[in-house]
Amino acid sequence: MKEAQKIFSRPRSLRNISTHYCGGCGHGIAHRLVAEIVDELGIRERVIAVAPVGCAVIAYDYWDFDCSEAAHGRALAVATGIKRVRPQNIVFTYQGDGDLAAIGTSETIHAANRGENVTVIFINNAIYGMTGGQMAPTTLLGQRTATTPAGRQIGVHGAPLKISEMLALLPAVKYIERVSLHSPQEVLKAKSAIKRAFQSQIDNLGFSMVEVLSACPTYWDMPPKKALDWIRDVMSKEFPLGRIK
Amino acid sequence: MAKVKIDIEKCKGCFLCVSFCPKRLIKPDSKLNRRGVRPAKMEIDSQCLGCAMCAVICPDCCIEIYK
Repeated sequence: MKEAQKIFSRPRSLRNISTHYCGGCGHGIAHRLVAEIVDELGIRERVIAVAPVGCAVIAYDYWDFDCSEAAHGRALAVATGIKRVRPQNIVFTYQGDGDLAAIGTSETIHAANRGENVTVIFINNAIYGMTGGQMAPTTLLGQRTATTPAGRQIGVHGAPLKISEMLALLPAVKYIERVSLHSPQEVLKAKSAIKRAFQSQIDNLGFSMVEVLSACPTYWDMPPKKALDWIRDVMSKEFPLGRIK
Repeated sequence: MAKVKIDIEKCKGCFLCVSFCPKRLIKPDSKLNRRGVRPAKMEIDSQCLGCAMCAVICPDCCIEIYK
């Protein structure tokens, strides 16, 4: 019998340590996908990540390549600076919805409008995870959070903000896709979308973004599998999956 | 025949691997790990297809697959 071959293991760009994320959190999967793509594209020596403020704030402890940290919401401003000074590097930001779509909306829109040649991994879990489950701009109507105990209402809190659709209107934006992490099949689709976004940056096409619908079982108050089903049945109706631009 | 190796100390017990195994071969272990959670355990190794569904969905990258 021939020797068993390893067909799946931790990518080299992901450090062999345990993350601080809750059980069932989508951040772990998204971190792994990014690390796998960095390995597959062979850009580990060229890539620079910009970590956000939010649950993923210490992503630089988990990825084994160069990382920077930005003030809350300002990851794309920092990424702009890095990319302009070092255009030979592959620069990407990894931001949550509270970071990218709330405090950092201005930086996001202007970086996209300038067509900065950077990639954005936008983790949308419809809630503020790090600070204790408050309403985020992407929270769905009727969704209960710490600050909307009776559910989000359109007249009081506004409707969910669809950053991907907004940015797709800008001429300098070249690639936007929305993916989800609710099943192994969708995880593999998410991986190819993130790879296309990185490839678009390598080809110097311009601003690229992948919005990843990710679960927060802790603050959605659901068991991990039910949280994934909620993405499939409820969240992906409000945020339709697929290529946006 | 495929072999699944689960790093039980990194496992946080979310059991997404248990839910997504197409042959339902992974089950929660009866013992606790150092974190104090019941980790996932491969119960019937001999029937594993090596499809890697468990490893792809694992948020903590605890699963290695040999084939």
